[in-house]
This record gives sequence, structure tokens and C-alpha cells, in this order.
Amino acid sequence: MTLYPTDDDRRTRRQFLQTAATGLGLLALSRQALAAQTIELPLPGGPDTRRLTTAFPGKGQMILQRTRPPLLETPWSVYDKGVFTPVDEFYVRWHWADIPTTMDPHTHKVRISGHVDKTLEFTVFDLMKNFKHVELAAVNQCSGNSRGYFQPRVPGGEWSNGAMGNARWVGVRLKDVLDAAGVKPGAVQVQFEGSERPVVPTAPNLKKSLSVDHARDGEVMIAWEMNGQALPLLNGFPFRLVVPGWYATYWTKMLQHIRVLDHEDTNFWMHPAYTIPDNWPQANMTPGEKDVKFVPINRMVPRSFVTNLANGAKVGAGRPELVRGIAFGGDTGVKSVDISLDGGKTWTPTQLGRDYGKYSFRQWSTHVKLPKGEQTLLVRCTNSDGLQQPMTPNWNPGGFMRNVVESTQLIAV
Amino acid sequence: MTLFRNRKTQRHHLLGLALGVIGLAIIPMGSASALTLKTQTVELPTSTRVFPGDSAGAKAANTYCLMCHSAGMVMNQPDLPKATWLVEVNKMKNAFKAPIPDDQVSVIADYLDSIKGKK
Repeated sequence: MTLYPTDDDRRTRRQFLQTAATGLGLLALSRQALAAQTIELPLPGGPDTRRLTTAFPGKGQMILQRTRPPLLETPWSVYDKGVFTPVDEFYVRWHWADIPTTMDPHTHKVRISGHVDKTLEFTVFDLMKNFKHVELAAVNQCSGNSRGYFQPRVPGGEWSNGAMGNARWVGVRLKDVLDAAGVKPGAVQVQFEGSERPVVPTAPNLKKSLSVDHARDGEVMIAWEMNGQALPLLNGFPFRLVVPGWYATYWTKMLQHIRVLDHEDTNFWMHPAYTIPDNWPQANMTPGEKDVKFVPINRMVPRSFVTNLANGAKVGAGRPELVRGIAFGGDTGVKSVDISLDGGKTWTPTQLGRDYGKYSFRQWSTHVKLPKGEQTLLVRCTNSDGLQQPMTPNWNPGGFMRNVVESTQLIAV
Repeated sequence: MTLFRNRKTQRHHLLGLALGVIGLAIIPMGSASALTLKTQTVELPTSTRVFPGDSAGAKAANTYCLMCHSAGMVMNQPDLPKATWLVEVNKMKNAFKAPIPDDQVSVIADYLDSIKGKK
């Protein structure tokens, strides 16, 4: 595998990237000193300073977007480490502040009820014992990943691009679990609810639904393992839903209820929350536009990023320079990742790394030879359905589904 | 279907193996399949940050907003038009059931506009 540097190279490069954070010397500092570090996210109009924190259980150094309920972003340098996102650096997003702080896998159960032949309950050990185990690599991305780049800006979690991660998930097929309960004819949707609760008891619990056909497609999973480890509590221990190719709002953490519905779910979290203009894959409208039809957010769209060079990085002029990054196809695989140095007039394909399946990140790399001066590098993913990232950003009031072609300014010297 | 592979046989074998060695107080390293699930108990960090100032708006924001979320959520927001802040406060009251008295909605929105308003 030549795409990625040796550990020694990586350490040198990361040390370089961390110069502002005092490099490896920080390892000797206390947790408090680490927590006092900050990072700048280049969000248009700001504020762009965020604290880096190591205070959250099961988590390494994360970007603190909100303490309570936790919103923790993955620092960008993590995505250059490899195709799978380390569990302790995987982003965290909770809606309600009443999160169980003790989770006993022997007693926590998921209950399958509603429009079924028989109501069933399973602990994680019951699931392990009773159903076939499956493994799948899939990207989990927040609906609002990159919201901080929307212009005009919109309220919400002001993420940079780090509200996403890729993992090998191990668990059981939701289909098998539903079949055990026996879905009755006339079922329309399947609703999922986890163990988090609002502080104000009358506020609506987070509940999300998929069509019954989607829920039974054999790909949606209940997973207890990510990248070879138990899920950290903050990522949904003991198990969460995995909905490959769909935004993370459907990947219910600490899964507690699976309700088969004989009607469409109209709860707040399906509509109006988490809705997009009804023109997928754009999810686009004009700010202030009236009479826009909104539908629940659903399938992801392709994205690609440079991971080894930051905006404003200096590279050598007139000689081949390595550029590499990650891409994903959204709801299907990556067909190609291309770069452009002329503002999108011409595109050059890059080499794709190993294919871990159509829902996974795919690494890409190439070498570029740049003339002296400031250059703009564009990167664009085309997925297996032929869908390409757009050259102009979308806008919607929720700040959802951003997937514009990313641009990186480089200074060739 | 090549996306999935059946890991049951392998895992059961390794799980038995893992349980065996744990009995001997040896923790197997580097084996992804030796996963054991134990109770997780965590303490989540709290924030002591409050909304700045001692105006009626700051007091109302500290009383009602901080019930459900830390102040950083607001302080990390961009400057937004006053109308947007009013929509947000009404969303907190109506959709998310924050017990904000009717007469405090505009007080909080005005305050947020004063610290985070887009002029």
C-alpha cells in the first residue's frame, strides 16, 4: 500500500501540522492544558475559534462545538490517517441533554412492537446469539455536516467538514430482526427511538422512520461494533442503527424502540425537522423563497476532500507534489475522483485506493506539478450512478446536504 | 451479496477463546473479534459558561436557554438577523417546549440580537 506514508513520515507531517499546538511537546502537558487549546475553523463571518477538548469519555482530542448535549467534531487531520475513522476521534452529535450515563449491555433492550405478529425484546447478547452476524463499511455523516460554510449563514451546529466518519460496522440485519417479530401486511414505516430524553418532559423524543421496504432491504443493520471496538457510549452503546448511504439522523443511537407503523410517521423529527427542498440531489432553494415543498432528508450525495494539504499550504513549484484525500459516493460507490487546476475547465482522474464497499470512504491520490504562485485545486467525486458534485453550493434553511466541489488554495514556491 | 460476510462461526470460536483467556486474566490484544461488551459508565463534562451581562435578556437567557443546552451553542452561532433569532426562540418554546413565558420571548430574542445580531 503505497498511498499512505510510513508512521515516521506521518509523525513528521502531523508534527508540522500541529506547530500551532506546540507539536509533540503537548504529550507531556496536563489534560487541562490540552483542553485549553483552540483551533480555527475558517467559517465565513465567524466565529471560527473552537476549543479542543479531551474531556469527553471514550474520546480523544475533539473540536468542542457544544458541551451539553455534546457536539464534538473530528479534527480535519484525522481524515489523512486512513480510510477508517478512529473510534475515539469519531464525531459525536446528541439532540437532548438527558443521556443515560450508565449503560448495562445485559439489561438494555431493544423492543420491536407495533404492527407485528409478536412483540420481542433483545439485549445485545440476544442479538448476537439469535441472528447472523454481518459486517459492512459505511460512512456516517451528519445531515448538517459543513453547515458553517452556508452563505447566508444558518443557525444550527456550526460544523466544519468533520461531522462524518467511516467505520466497519458489525451487527445483525434489521430485516432478520423484523422477520422474527413478523411484520404484518399493511405496514408502512418502521420507527426508531433511542434512549436519550429531553430535559423538558413534554418535548418530543427523537424518533426517525424509514419505509418498511427500506428497513427490510437487508442492508440496514443494528450494530454493536465499529472498527473492531464496542461503540463508545457517546456513539450509541450498546448498539445503534446503521443506515448505509443515508444521513446519520436515521442512525439511531442507544436503540431502544423499533415500532412498525401502519401509517406514515408525521412526528416533529420527520417533519418539519430534518427536511430538505424536494429537489434531491440539490436540496437547494433561494433564501427567502416561498412555497417550497420540503421532504424528509434521505440519501447522501457524493463528496471528496483533500486531506494532506491545508488551505494556504506551501508546495514545491515545478515538481510533482503528492495530493491525496478521501471521497465517498453518497448512496452508492465512487466511480472516479478528478482534480482540476483551471477552475473546472479540465479535469484529471486520480488513482483510487482500495475499495471497501460502496458505502465506505475511498482514498484517492495523485501528483500535481504546479507553476509558481497561488493555485486553486478543485476535487470532484463522480459516483457509480454518474452523479457529480456541483460547482456551486446549495442553500437551504436547515444547512443540510452540502456537497459542493471543494477548493484548496495552494502556494507553489 | 458480497458486501456482507458471515462472521458468526469465526466470532463464536474467538469469543469462546477470549472468555477462556480472560478467565486467566490475560487480555488478548489486537484481535478485533475478541470484543467483549461491558457496562459503560461515564461522567459527561458540564459547562459553567453563562450569557454575558446582567440585563433582563441575559437573565432570561440564563434561566431558560441553559436548561437544555450549554451557552456555547449560542456563542458559536454566526451573527444572524433579528428575525432569525426570533424564529429560533419561538422554536425553542413551541417545538422544544422550553418554558419561556410569552413576555420573555422577545426579551431573549432582543438580547441575542444584541450579542449576535447581523446588522
